[in-house]
Amino acid sequence: MTQLDGVVKPKTKRSKRFLQSREPKLIENVKNAMLIKGGNTSETVTQALKDIYALKKPNAVLYKKKNITRPFEDQTSLEFFSKKSDCSLFLFGSHNKKRPNNLIFGRMFDFHVLDMIELGIEKFTSLKEIKRSTCPEGTKPLLVFAGEAFDMDNEYKRLRSILTDFFRGPTVPSVRLAGLEHLLHFTALEGKIYMRSYKVLLKKSGCRTPRIELEEMGPSFDFVMRRTHLASDDLYKTAHRQPKALKPKKKKNISHDAFGTKFGRLHMQKQDLEKLQTRRPDLRTK
Amino acid sequence: MAACSIEDVLAKAEKDEAEKLKSITVHKELDLEFDLGNLFAFDKNPPDTREFRQKNKEDFLCSLARDNTQLLINEIWKLPTERVDEVIVAKLPEPTTRLPREKPAPKPRPPTKWEEFAKLKGIQKKKKTNLVWDDVHKEWRRRWGYKRANDDTKEWLIEVPESVDPNEDQFAKRIKAKKERVAKNELNRLRNIARAQKIKVPGVGLAPTPTDQPSKSELGKAVQVAKVSTASVGKFQDRLPKEKAPKNTGKKRKFQPLIGDFSTEKQKQLDILKVMDSKKPRLDITKAVNKQMREEDMESGSKRKKGSGKKRRKGNFSGKKGKGFGSTAKSGKNRKPRMKQGKR
Repeated sequence: MTQLDGVVKPKTKRSKRFLQSREPKLIENVKNAMLIKGGNTSETVTQALKDIYALKKPNAVLYKKKNITRPFEDQTSLEFFSKKSDCSLFLFGSHNKKRPNNLIFGRMFDFHVLDMIELGIEKFTSLKEIKRSTCPEGTKPLLVFAGEAFDMDNEYKRLRSILTDFFRGPTVPSVRLAGLEHLLHFTALEGKIYMRSYKVLLKKSGCRTPRIELEEMGPSFDFVMRRTHLASDDLYKTAHRQPKALKPKKKKNISHDAFGTKFGRLHMQKQDLEKLQTRRPDLRTK
Repeated sequence: MAACSIEDVLAKAEKDEAEKLKSITVHKELDLEFDLGNLFAFDKNPPDTREFRQKNKEDFLCSLARDNTQLLINEIWKLPTERVDEVIVAKLPEPTTRLPREKPAPKPRPPTKWEEFAKLKGIQKKKKTNLVWDDVHKEWRRRWGYKRANDDTKEWLIEVPESVDPNEDQFAKRIKAKKERVAKNELNRLRNIARAQKIKVPGVGLAPTPTDQPSKSELGKAVQVAKVSTASVGKFQDRLPKEKAPKNTGKKRKFQPLIGDFSTEKQKQLDILKVMDSKKPRLDITKAVNKQMREEDMESGSKRKKGSGKKRRKGNFSGKKGKGFGSTAKSGKNRKPRMKQGKR
């Protein structure tokens, strides 16, 4: 009776608050990412993890020590980490002979792996190597995807979704226009995925909208896609299900026609003619 | 002349405008997809591979990125803006890209047993005032908690009721009663949780939370467990006048009586000797049946896979067969009766 699984009664207010912050919510917290270093990593992979950590920083955890797991074979330890640090996005870096410089982007739903995609680093330029410009920590990036593969291929489509989820940061109601400084550009071209990170410079154009100049910032990657693990359609659908309370309520007795004109019935009270303002009120009394 | 100059001016203004826009316009075959809530754009146009190969790779990617970003920025600058603390801020729409949730949507807490009952009876919660008049201290005090009004734990004297034993400690009694109430409440809380999660509460005998009406067999089991739970494993426990011995308690070993039916004992010994004497191994029917079944399974499996693997396997099996049987007859079957003899 005492060891009911999954039922923890907080003993202090503080632990109660902590547990509340991890509960499922209608409007969810920002997704946290955990960046996990595998059993063996090359310098490239370690640096790549560090750089992505720098991009993601307030919403990320970096697991710096060796973690000997293979996400495509056994996901239990990932699930454990996810539960422990309350992260639903993960990036796993490893390096071995068969798959050198390996990064696995993935995400969880309900602390189980939803989908993950393995990308091999072909070329990598670190954030450190390009010292010209930097961005403040926690800048919400502009995300741009280019290439028809991201629309046609199922795996690429899922990759686009994962990368958007991974890098988009918090959802905000408004954004400071001068603060749009960071651009992440993903290009799918000839079987490779080019991820580039640029600093956006807003130049005067003579009209309201500025002209854009870009300056490479790093980290930049050339990826090739390796193994994939995509969620079944059923699970994918469940993960996307919107709670009823969040769905917009349908308004009754209002309709629209083809041109977008709104139709409804107005109910008005009878107009009081006594109080009508006329040019000569004394006339009315006669 | 005046007309001519006006036309000129207009043309010039138009040209200027076009030039101004030139720096921020980008032409694309297909329009980009935008999701401004996520500051996201998607360019469906296939990038020019020929140019990509000829040109410097980085420059090509950079120019592609610039064009796409320009389009995205143009779109963002069209959004309604406002000024907050000397900063121009654009209001973003809701994100349109559907991304999976992190956790499933929260479920409403299932009602407790009391809440169910209250709903059935139409009992509504009444708000009680926080402060209550304390007659002893002559002031308003909180109803609950530290320094509460009419605190019965702080009394220094309790009247002993006539009906109870005068030597009983009334203070201790009160404390015990309170502790029991707390324990009961905790138990009910756990029961509510268990009910909500549809867990069958495990337990030996009378579990700490018995079901509302335990059945006869459950009660019997509980009595049995309680009886055995003494230091001497229930050896000195008294029996009730009409109590029956429990069924299915799980007696482990059974022995024949020491003195009694000699004919059956003789028969048994003879049987053992017969088995030992015979050259033929004894047939263990269950084992044989299992073996046969396994063989059939394998055969069907190999048939499904390939026709060739079938023959070799069968041959292997028959070789094992002889070996296995001989050994079982000698060691396995002889051991049992010998042990029994030793016990005697």
